[in-house]
Amino acid sequence: MAQTTPEQLAERLRARFGEHLVNVAVAHAQVTIEVTPARLVDVCTALRDDADFRFEQLSDLCGVDFLGFGEGEWPVSETATSHGFGRGVTGDKIVGRFGWDDRPRHPQFLGRFASVAHLISYTHNTRLRVRCFAPEDALPVLPTLTNVWPSANWYERESFDLYGIIFEGHPDLRRILTDYGFVGHPFRKDFPLIGNVEVRYDPEARRVVYEPVTSVTPRVTVARVVREDSRWNTSREEAADDWKDN
Amino acid sequence: MADTGEIRSYTMNFGPQHPAAHGVLRLVMEMEGETILRIDPHIGLLHRGTEKLAESKPFNHSIGYMDRLDYVSMMCNEHAYVRAIEQLVGIEAPERAQWIRTLFDEITRILNHLMWIGSNALDLGAMAVFLYAFREREELMDCYEAVSGTRMHATYYRPGGVFRDLPAKMIQYKESPWHKGKDLKRMNAWREGSMLDFLEAFARDFQHKVDEYEELLTDNRIWKQRTVDIGIISPERAMALGMTGPMLRGSGVEWDLRKKQPYAKYAEVDFDIPVGTHGDCYDRYLVRVNEMRQSGRIILQCVDWLKKNPGPVMIENYKVAPPKREDMKESMEALIHWFKLFTEGYSVPAGETYAAVEAPKGEFGCYMVSDGANKPFRVHLRAPGFAHLSSINEITAGHMLPDVVAMIGTYDLVFGEVDR
Repeated sequence: MAQTTPEQLAERLRARFGEHLVNVAVAHAQVTIEVTPARLVDVCTALRDDADFRFEQLSDLCGVDFLGFGEGEWPVSETATSHGFGRGVTGDKIVGRFGWDDRPRHPQFLGRFASVAHLISYTHNTRLRVRCFAPEDALPVLPTLTNVWPSANWYERESFDLYGIIFEGHPDLRRILTDYGFVGHPFRKDFPLIGNVEVRYDPEARRVVYEPVTSVTPRVTVARVVREDSRWNTSREEAADDWKDN
Repeated sequence: MADTGEIRSYTMNFGPQHPAAHGVLRLVMEMEGETILRIDPHIGLLHRGTEKLAESKPFNHSIGYMDRLDYVSMMCNEHAYVRAIEQLVGIEAPERAQWIRTLFDEITRILNHLMWIGSNALDLGAMAVFLYAFREREELMDCYEAVSGTRMHATYYRPGGVFRDLPAKMIQYKESPWHKGKDLKRMNAWREGSMLDFLEAFARDFQHKVDEYEELLTDNRIWKQRTVDIGIISPERAMALGMTGPMLRGSGVEWDLRKKQPYAKYAEVDFDIPVGTHGDCYDRYLVRVNEMRQSGRIILQCVDWLKKNPGPVMIENYKVAPPKREDMKESMEALIHWFKLFTEGYSVPAGETYAAVEAPKGEFGCYMVSDGANKPFRVHLRAPGFAHLSSINEITAGHMLPDVVAMIGTYDLVFGEVDR
């Protein structure tokens, strides 16, 4: 059987699921579909069982926090030559890059938290990315995929632990990677990189104590800059020219 | 309930400080006598937040973190990460770099499987294999050192190629009170020429070394008693549980990313995919041993190509690769590129990608989201060990306590990648 191209797969997905899909995109020879939480389990069950798709394995699932997508710490204005650059290394936003109230919203995304699953079909040798945005930002809730693919179990626990995404119907939604008794969801963009508490052994109390972080200070070694980079296009064109010359 | 004084089921703790826990695994086991009823693994004791750290650093700064995930198959992790960047940027490494990557992926596979065969045998009561396996590991570690200057955490792969070309001269043992004269000459026998000469001699000899390991284990009565029919996984179940690599192939699924979705130069080398039939620990042992033999074959083919075809090993694109030192003395442009690259890094076009490689333990994937900045917006690392370990409760239920140790061994767990 001939190998399915990403475009063919995208076409089949559109034909099969139609309006159930929020979006179907092909980029870097990979297909991404976006599904609403209400349809997620149905669509995934069909993806697993339909002879056209046969995604037997969920190879990966992770949470993503889209807070601050496309925001740099070092704004470059049109008049950079006369005004110079902003400095991303100072300012009061250092502890966590954003407060809850001044969180930037990106128009491209349906919400702040999403769960992204990567599926693989051993029958057809194809991969698929399934993204599902949680409707609520304050309390992200998504349906669980553990009944479709058992391997989702630990991945969903991980997303819950690191991002606070709640998977409804999950049989055992406990923290998995962080310490016993950990507070907060460390991979959220508003969780500081240095953490909130540090741990040490207190010889007087003769036990391990948790205290606010004092041993490290947050610092930015390289500021985050976003550049619309036409250089990649140029280099791609040059490479294409070289190819023609030879 | 009448107190009969009889203990029914009880809970037992295993690890996190246990020699057979392969690092920092803690298992809370519910047992009836010596039979396992339920296992609850507690992981995360080695969680370092690699993915979050990567979000705070320019793309190239995180390559070194990849070595520290699965710290016995270092370069394969790097490979997935740099491939993700290359896909987003739309560049491709020069051909020679691709061959070098293929070569070092296979060196890494042998390194990993040697560690596995040694420690797994040690767990199950065979001491000698460990000593033999580490003898060969030492030789390959020297190759890591020869190209990157460090034995383990190489940071050798870069987006657009590899850090530098292979050394023309292999490093040699120096004279010492313990190694001198004839002994020293024997140790340096393979090391007179280049690193490729050394690898060729090593790979030719390696098949005999694998015979030695097999001699110790394959027909060993105790080894078979500990592994045959232990932890049987059906192919359907293996897929549903997210298993990849030797865990999947041991169950008879002929699946290898190197063949099915080839990357680097795997489409151009000749090798076989070994598969098992029963899906038990013994089959997975046979699969891994055979993979070492196949890696030896691939190494010889890579050495052959690399000897014949000199060329650049890094892309000539100064947005991702530093310009030559000589150019910087002459060219203003080169100096600017150098400065920009090392102060700010490079901005990667917005988008997302998932790049997977066939790491020794299974599919190691890197899901990367970029928002157009010089740092990744989100990096998720799909570690094979994480998916494998999640199945331990289902597979070991009903087994005896010593079989849990056999099972941990057959998963080939490394907590650097499970906990990330």
